[in-house]
Amino acid sequence: MDVEMTSSLPSNPVVNSERSLVRRKKKKKIQSQIHGDNLNNNQNQNSAIEWKSESQQHTYSSKLLQALRQVRLNGSQSQTTTPKRGRAVREAADRVLATTGKGRSRWSRAILTNRLKLKFLKKNNITKRQRNVMVVTTGNSRPKKKSKVSIFRLKSKSLPAVNRKVRILGRLVPGCRKEPLPVILEEASDYIPALEMQIRAMSALTELLSVSGGSSSFSSGAAASGGPTDHPGSSRSHPS
Amino acid sequence: MSSRRSRSRQAESSRISEDQINELVSKLQQLLPEIQTRHSDKMSAAKILQETCNYIRNLHREVDGLSERLSELLETSDTAQAALIRSLLMQ
Repeated sequence: MDVEMTSSLPSNPVVNSERSLVRRKKKKKIQSQIHGDNLNNNQNQNSAIEWKSESQQHTYSSKLLQALRQVRLNGSQSQTTTPKRGRAVREAADRVLATTGKGRSRWSRAILTNRLKLKFLKKNNITKRQRNVMVVTTGNSRPKKKSKVSIFRLKSKSLPAVNRKVRILGRLVPGCRKEPLPVILEEASDYIPALEMQIRAMSALTELLSVSGGSSSFSSGAAASGGPTDHPGSSRSHPS
Repeated sequence: MSSRRSRSRQAESSRISEDQINELVSKLQQLLPEIQTRHSDKMSAAKILQETCNYIRNLHREVDGLSERLSELLETSDTAQAALIRSLLMQ
């Protein structure tokens, strides 16, 4: 599937925005890394530690800022309603998170593949499919949950509750629907620290932006010192 | 004889993968926030997985809320550039 997507995209004349170019480059990078990397247990443990490191968070924050600026530039033209903009930010954040993972995990590759699919389908004006793909990628799961339950009752091959729960887990983690059980558990154990890092970085960024909203240069220096490395939720310094 | 062998092989393979699954589930449990895992040894795999699902849903909700706030804050270009400069200075 991945090979097909990359070969079809360059020939499509409609796809010409900067974002798609950036995504194509990132996807090619990740594909080349996939061939080189092997998923060992050691790597999984190291990756869980990596997500907690500060350098990873800094990388993510800077990439996120760049992506968000692009979102804003694209958004000012078409999307004016708040829920759409929020979703666009969420998608950009997920995309940047996936690229920060350097393509070692299935969920990151799945996020990027789904974004490409979404872009491709949008250009072809298939709105129904677009809605379904949106539900898959963004995880807004209210209608999805109802269909999940009914599908389980039809498909329940395995009686133990553990298998059922792992299947539910597999639907929460992007890209793990058809994978066997141990793979889902591995992906989840990598996905959770990544999400936590995403939340830390985004809340720090939110705090930065809200502080800088009506401030002077002195308060910005004070806020920077208590920045993303310490408690992101609490605000120590306030603009005078 | 051959049927017994094949049965034992199947049982062995399922036992091996069950151990793997239990190991992975315990790894997941370590990732969960400590407040929720009270009886760390007594928690069954199903409960751990339930807690994991709830935790991931909570994280998703947090990210959604944060991205909403970020989208509201990214109104003016000045704030975004200032934040970018500041983050570069911090690194």
